[in-house]
Amino acid sequence: MKGSLIILGFFTAGLLLGYNNLLPSFLIENDYSNYALYFLMFLVGISIGADTKAFQMLKNHNLKIFLVPLTTVVGTAIGISLIYLIIPGLSFKEVQAVGSGYGYYSLSSIIITETYSKSLGVVALLSNVMREISTLLLAPLMVVYLGKIAPICSGGATSMDTTLPIITKASGKDYAIISLFHGIVLTILVPFIVSLILSL
Amino acid sequence: MITVVAIMTAGIVLGYFLRNKTRLIKINDKLITWAIYLLLFILGVGIGANEIIMKSLPTLGLKALAITIGGVVGSIILAWLTYIKFFKSKEQ
Repeated sequence: MKGSLIILGFFTAGLLLGYNNLLPSFLIENDYSNYALYFLMFLVGISIGADTKAFQMLKNHNLKIFLVPLTTVVGTAIGISLIYLIIPGLSFKEVQAVGSGYGYYSLSSIIITETYSKSLGVVALLSNVMREISTLLLAPLMVVYLGKIAPICSGGATSMDTTLPIITKASGKDYAIISLFHGIVLTILVPFIVSLILSL
Repeated sequence: MITVVAIMTAGIVLGYFLRNKTRLIKINDKLITWAIYLLLFILGVGIGANEIIMKSLPTLGLKALAITIGGVVGSIILAWLTYIKFFKSKEQ
């Protein structure tokens, strides 16, 4: 949660500085952020390649564990497709791209901003932050009514870090490993799925 | 977009070979955090300076909320089915 606040702090600081015209114009006119995105993606790649935890977990668990991230991907896509019908002004592709952040708001909003549009990037940032917050708030309730997998799927990519403590508390220690695995798989998938949807 | 995926895949391959260099990986994770801070700051500046987006911020927020509800509700209902079908029985 603290990490999320810091990230939002940087975004808000930028917002205020930009809004009040407090930055030298060369910063706004020359957009280097594309290169910064490429750099970030390279670093994210390295951290994924170096992390063998997910493979080790697979050795100790049966393949059923893959059903959980699959549930999240399919469930999110279905839910968003229904919502798409009632949201004006966004195309099907745009709605799916935002939803495919699965709570990983930093990376998904950056990718969407750089490769698609700024305003959709804002929607992605807000929507995915909301996904994290609603999981933090509603995890115990989800377990009561919809079982122990529900908060994991709701948490999306955040089920490996920010929402892991509340999920462990609500679903029990047995589900901590599943939650961790689920978060890792989705974190890896986010950049691929978002870029893929936007390129369609 | 293909560029993004290609660059990331190159990173994954390099990361796999560097997986035992714990210090490098730690530095890498720090760099990621700061790259994200920087990019979201830049995103903030770009949006703050863009009057059209600033004016439509409430609308964008509502759209974001609707998408969140769709995504969360869709995944927890399917999660309920997955839980009942594949996980619950194993517990008892």
